[in-house]
Amino acid sequence: MQFRLMFQRLFNEKLAFVSMIFLLLLLFLSLFASWIVPFDPNKQDLTKVMLPPDGTYWFGTDELGRDVFSRVLMGAQAAIQAGVVAILIPLFVGVPLGIISGYLGGIIDDIFMRIVDAILSFPAILLALGITGALGVSLWNAMIAIGIIFTPQFARLARGQTLQVRREPYVEAAKISGAGPLWIMMKHILPNILSPIIVQASFSFSLAILVEASLSFLGMGAQSPQVSWGGMLHQAYSMIFVNPYMMLFPGLAILISVLAGNFFGDGLRVAIDPKMKRS
Amino acid sequence: MFFKFLLRRLMYVIPMLIVTTLIVFSLILIIPGDPALALLGDNATEEKLALLRSQLGLDQPVLIQYWNWLTNAVQGDLGRSLFTGEIVSDAVFSRLGITFQLVVASIVFSFIFGMIFAIGSVIKPNSWMDYISRFMGTIGTAIPNFWLAMLLIVVFSVNLGWLPATGFTSISDNLGGFFQSIILPAICLGAFGAAQITRQLRSSLLEVLESDYIRTAYSKGLLLWPVIWKHALRNSLLPVITTTGLLFGNMLGATVVIETVFAIPGMGQLAVNSILQRDFPMLQGVVLVMVILVLIINFVTDVLYSVLDPRIEIK
Amino acid sequence: MRGPNEPVLEVKNLCSYIPTSRGVIKPVNNISFSIGAGEIVALVGESGSGKSVTALSIMGLNSPSIKYEKDSVISFKGENLLKMKKRQMKKIRGNEISMIFQDPMSSLNPLHPIGKQIAEPIQLHQGVSYQKAKEIVVNLLAKVGIPDPENRLNDYPHQLSGGMRQRIMIAMALACNPSLLIADEPTTALDVTIQAQILNVMRDLQKDTGISILIITHDLGVVAEMADRVLVMYCGEIVEEGDVYSLFKNPQHPYTKGLLASVPKLRGASEKLLHTIPGAVPNPLELPKGCNFSGRCSYATEKCLTEAPNLVETGKDRRAACWHIVDLQTEEVTVHA
Repeated sequence: MQFRLMFQRLFNEKLAFVSMIFLLLLLFLSLFASWIVPFDPNKQDLTKVMLPPDGTYWFGTDELGRDVFSRVLMGAQAAIQAGVVAILIPLFVGVPLGIISGYLGGIIDDIFMRIVDAILSFPAILLALGITGALGVSLWNAMIAIGIIFTPQFARLARGQTLQVRREPYVEAAKISGAGPLWIMMKHILPNILSPIIVQASFSFSLAILVEASLSFLGMGAQSPQVSWGGMLHQAYSMIFVNPYMMLFPGLAILISVLAGNFFGDGLRVAIDPKMKRS
Repeated sequence: MFFKFLLRRLMYVIPMLIVTTLIVFSLILIIPGDPALALLGDNATEEKLALLRSQLGLDQPVLIQYWNWLTNAVQGDLGRSLFTGEIVSDAVFSRLGITFQLVVASIVFSFIFGMIFAIGSVIKPNSWMDYISRFMGTIGTAIPNFWLAMLLIVVFSVNLGWLPATGFTSISDNLGGFFQSIILPAICLGAFGAAQITRQLRSSLLEVLESDYIRTAYSKGLLLWPVIWKHALRNSLLPVITTTGLLFGNMLGATVVIETVFAIPGMGQLAVNSILQRDFPMLQGVVLVMVILVLIINFVTDVLYSVLDPRIEIK
Repeated sequence: MRGPNEPVLEVKNLCSYIPTSRGVIKPVNNISFSIGAGEIVALVGESGSGKSVTALSIMGLNSPSIKYEKDSVISFKGENLLKMKKRQMKKIRGNEISMIFQDPMSSLNPLHPIGKQIAEPIQLHQGVSYQKAKEIVVNLLAKVGIPDPENRLNDYPHQLSGGMRQRIMIAMALACNPSLLIADEPTTALDVTIQAQILNVMRDLQKDTGISILIITHDLGVVAEMADRVLVMYCGEIVEEGDVYSLFKNPQHPYTKGLLASVPKLRGASEKLLHTIPGAVPNPLELPKGCNFSGRCSYATEKCLTEAPNLVETGKDRRAACWHIVDLQTEEVTVHA
């Protein structure tokens, strides 16, 4: 895959390109939000509770007088962290397992795929909840749990791709020339199956943001004082009869981030394989 | 012949059951440190800890623990709640019906809306209906269901006062009340599914409508609607069956969120409560029953697919 | 009322066009022909010559992106099909005009049993139930040579061979006793031995029912086997027309001559290399100014490059569009198909 060409095509997919810019902005926010925010996101001011949006408090204030705009910016941190960790675990665990399973084949592959199928038959959020519950409630554990539930998908994808690539002439050639299995998997198989895995990763990234928000909403993810969009919505939910528009901005933040991840994934898929139809 | 076919498909489910039960069981193994201590908290007495350890069988080797747990589970004994002392299987099954009604209602919602949007989209490409369908298909997969729930509660319960914000009425108690209480939760739980079905059915309809046998159908004198209804829809729905099976598991999981938002006393809410209360036997019970439900549904959709597609030989 | 010799179908000045971003493509450019009652007419040409578009125009089944010029007429039993409303057209399709397609593998719905599929037009146009239609279906199946037809009704297409499926397609097309059958490359997707069987079935049925057939093909063997009259199409235009015997014996257009010469012969000139027409079909967006065939024609002169020839009467029932018809006729041409 020529990355310059791919980038060129991605640029042509306007929606995907805008999404990429937005995701980069999110990444930037997650690293530097604490320096950018106009107000301390946790500073309470009980004289200014539930203010509507104005020139000072762009998104208004919550029931404890905290600035919602600052809190939405800070919330990017939990979201991006969840997205990144939730991708890294399957990339470094699921993909190698999938390649090994597909390359070796036989009984190992059979057993492995049965396990993958079994994990995939668990309702994802429920399993994430169970794992978080067992490990102890925290954002970190929630992220690990999300990473674990994504792992079988990546393993299955990597295995399927490996099965296709395994019979390619260049793999056969490497085998004949005496390369060991580890070398073949690293040097010949991995680079050739990377494209669909990257696409999957971008979809999983946005799904992870969604699951993290759900867990935080249930109180099983980010814990106060860490700000998260899901946690903010939990607060907003308790104020739903009093101050309904508190839910607006954190919800939009989740929606737009997830959309951006999906659009980016769609664009990436077209950029990698132009023959693919847009879904 | 058909019986043999069923039996062979069923044989595939058994190893899945073994692995899934193993995963459910091992949830207790990944509790860091001493599970008994973690469950009861730091100020538990030594006797209480010892009692819990023997109650959970933690003093025995892991495989023995699994075997005991499994044989009990097969007999319907999933232990007792650490929190209320309730029998786990009773608690879970009393809530199963509620969750099942909710999920089935959501599936029905997704199907109806998925079909309306997908068909509306393909009959006239690039029409306003097509754009709405594509918009819904995009938003539906990205919107957090609990946020959607809150938006709908604000509009339909707080402002308009049409529908209750929380609570649940069973279909067997009061039909009108059931519909009132199920509409919002079913929309929120089904939104993702409706979007998925819209996207998939749309693309498979577009593909099928291009095919030769559709041209044959037109050449017989059929018009657009009969062609879609008699020839295109059934063929396009075939791949959607598999998706629906997957959606079922997805929705079952999402009940943990939706039942919490709408205060519906189902299995999802039970799961959340048992985690908050560190009630492990209860959590295991809920997870186990849900995953078995998923395996059953997968089995049913698998068989259904084979029955509906004459090209698959049932032998 | 139509007289006995009046044609079943009359196409006049049929002109279709597709507006694209790079210019207008004319898949069919001003063609006229007619098909008499009980006549078998073959429409011959390479792929892209516009023969399938012509067929689908008659059925009204072209994609909506293809438009027709205002003065185009496809007159069937005196009525212009191009001006018909959908509801009227519905009564013609499958009832008065029916069609069979190239690929019997994909032209039948894989999820419906064949009995139901054949019965569908009968139920639709005669308003009868499946139970009533069944009897007709069994008869039809027997007519197209399907053994044991009663027990085939519940078979699915994937259980049948390609030849059997094309027989099913024929049965389906004839279900309502139409007056015109359009067969678009009916044998192209089949094995050679099966091809002959299918052609036999069609010819026998034509004799029994007196139906008119428009057969579209690129295979001159099929033409020789089936047709009474031949229309040769090139780049959306009819370049030559004539009865099959005299056209094969004495082609008047260089393109027809080239086509006939590229057919392998059993007898005679086997030691000679097979003739091929040099060059390729021109891009429909950059058609030559004069005769469309001029770029590939060995007779082409200055006039051919600048001025397009009209289709003119050249003899009894013969028409051709070439400036050099007379030159060609002086040559000795011997062709056996």
